[in-house]
Amino acid sequence: MSSSAPATSDLAVEVHGLCRTYRTTTGTLRRRRLEVEAVRGIDLEIGRGQLFGLLGPNGAGKTTTIRVLCTLLLPTAGTVRVLGMDVVADARAVRRQIGYVFGGDRGLYDRLSAYDNLRYFAELYALEPSQLRRRIEQVLELVGLHGREKERVEGFSRGMRQRLHLARGLLHDPPVLFFDEPTIGVDPVGAREVRQLVADLARSGKTILLTTHYMFEADSLCDRIAVIAKGKIVAQGSPSQLKAGVSDRTVVEVKAYGIGAPVLERMRALAGVESVAMEVSDQAQLLVVQARDADQLTGRLLQLLEGVRVERIAAREPTLEDAYVALVTAP
Amino acid sequence: MSAGAELARPVFRRGPAPLAWPRTLLTGWFFQLKMQAQSGFMVLTALVQPLIFASIAMTDQQAGNRTLPLLYYALGAGIMGIWSTVVFGCGGVISWQRHQGMLEPLVMAPAPFVLVLLGITLGTATVGLYSMGATLVWGWLVFGAQLHFASPLLFVAAVVVTVVSLGLLGLVLGSSFVLYRNSNAISNMLEYPVWLITGLLVPLSLLPGWTHPLAYLLAPTWGVEALRAAAIGGDSAIPLLWCLVASAGYLLLGIWLVRVVERRARQHATLNFQ
Repeated sequence: MSSSAPATSDLAVEVHGLCRTYRTTTGTLRRRRLEVEAVRGIDLEIGRGQLFGLLGPNGAGKTTTIRVLCTLLLPTAGTVRVLGMDVVADARAVRRQIGYVFGGDRGLYDRLSAYDNLRYFAELYALEPSQLRRRIEQVLELVGLHGREKERVEGFSRGMRQRLHLARGLLHDPPVLFFDEPTIGVDPVGAREVRQLVADLARSGKTILLTTHYMFEADSLCDRIAVIAKGKIVAQGSPSQLKAGVSDRTVVEVKAYGIGAPVLERMRALAGVESVAMEVSDQAQLLVVQARDADQLTGRLLQLLEGVRVERIAAREPTLEDAYVALVTAP
Repeated sequence: MSAGAELARPVFRRGPAPLAWPRTLLTGWFFQLKMQAQSGFMVLTALVQPLIFASIAMTDQQAGNRTLPLLYYALGAGIMGIWSTVVFGCGGVISWQRHQGMLEPLVMAPAPFVLVLLGITLGTATVGLYSMGATLVWGWLVFGAQLHFASPLLFVAAVVVTVVSLGLLGLVLGSSFVLYRNSNAISNMLEYPVWLITGLLVPLSLLPGWTHPLAYLLAPTWGVEALRAAAIGGDSAIPLLWCLVASAGYLLLGIWLVRVVERRARQHATLNFQ
């Protein structure tokens, strides 16, 4: 098996008109067939050596797209090629060239040690037996699990499991890597290390497709980003290009206590207000108000918030997250 | 995490891929065995149930003054245990792999999925050997069964062939378990009928004629016959040969089924548990 890419195209990933529909049934006595269109005709092109971010809310179609690219799902329509190879017709050849690192606790043999987990997959990826131990030690060292390899995975923290996922994905040195929310549930220090590793891999020439819910992660890592919503790509470009799409907006953040639904409605009705997003953290409400051509927005908001305990209110420059929110909440 | 560390390129095996298949299979079998041997549930399934059935059969034999030796019943109960382990093990293991999120990385690996699955089912069948050992020791300790084997070498060969054939039958079952999320229900239905039809509980001659063709298609029929003949005396070569023929049939059927099922699983998105 060779790790070198067989195709000569500059594109590592080509997705054209990809559709994926899930068929399911509901009801006990009267069975009813349901069709869910998870991905509805997306087009993507990722150049070799590029670090590409795929962003979107839950259920937008990110994981479905990655699963099709990883040969785990067949597309309902469209063509998908990795390094020039079709993921349907040349699935096995594609599998040799890709690594899939997904986030979360699952996907490892808990009763086996970290070493045995890697040892088994090294065999499945046809690594030379005499080189197995050395290669496993290398990837363990790289992800910071050296010295813990004899421990059973069931005793590992989430961060350690994530590192083991990474180690497995890198075992066969694939030129194309898919990272599906690799920092989810990982503590801040661990997440920073994962991001550093992803950046290093990109610098070493790997093509990486990354999905994440953390906008700062995508902003700091990705060369290009596609935003997917309801199964369709709604925007594509560099992080700065996406941010430029909301550069004419004013963003005001409010931290307050006791904002009622009528107040939120009145805010949304203000002239120029494009979106009002609210998160609740402990007792506090965190509001992000985006407006276009809105003069005196802070003052007008404060008027509406009369009688509400406001801890902080501040205007700031739009970020990638604001651009993302604007894109995925657009009607 | 030493993010800046340099990775030397891995060295892949040279030569035609099929040359590596035995090693891949053996590794899968070993790790499956290692995991299942640590599972209290699997060990109990393989140990306790066969002992209960062996005790009933041997008590019945002693009370009824039957002519067949106790070893005959102990071996039948042992194979019953291996079959239970295969049926529950294959269903349980596949469901468990799906729950653990392991089916996707296994399918995504470039090694043929049939080898991966075969490693799992052979490992499961090997855990069933606990049953065989337990019923023999139980029969000897509690019921005074004589553990004199007419042909020890043929007995060992029969054990190996039977375990392999049951593992291959598990491959045929296991492929359906990849496709259906509720496969445990299928495995529950398969345990008792196979015990009955293959002559593990009662001799085949006592069963209606229409069951015989079905029995001849199932490896436990030939496996238990070969084991009993090698242990008690008789011709074990013919049943052993049929066991091998059945195994070859299961292997071919398994390879075809796994190919079809893998494609359908990718079509119907049944590899993960979401």
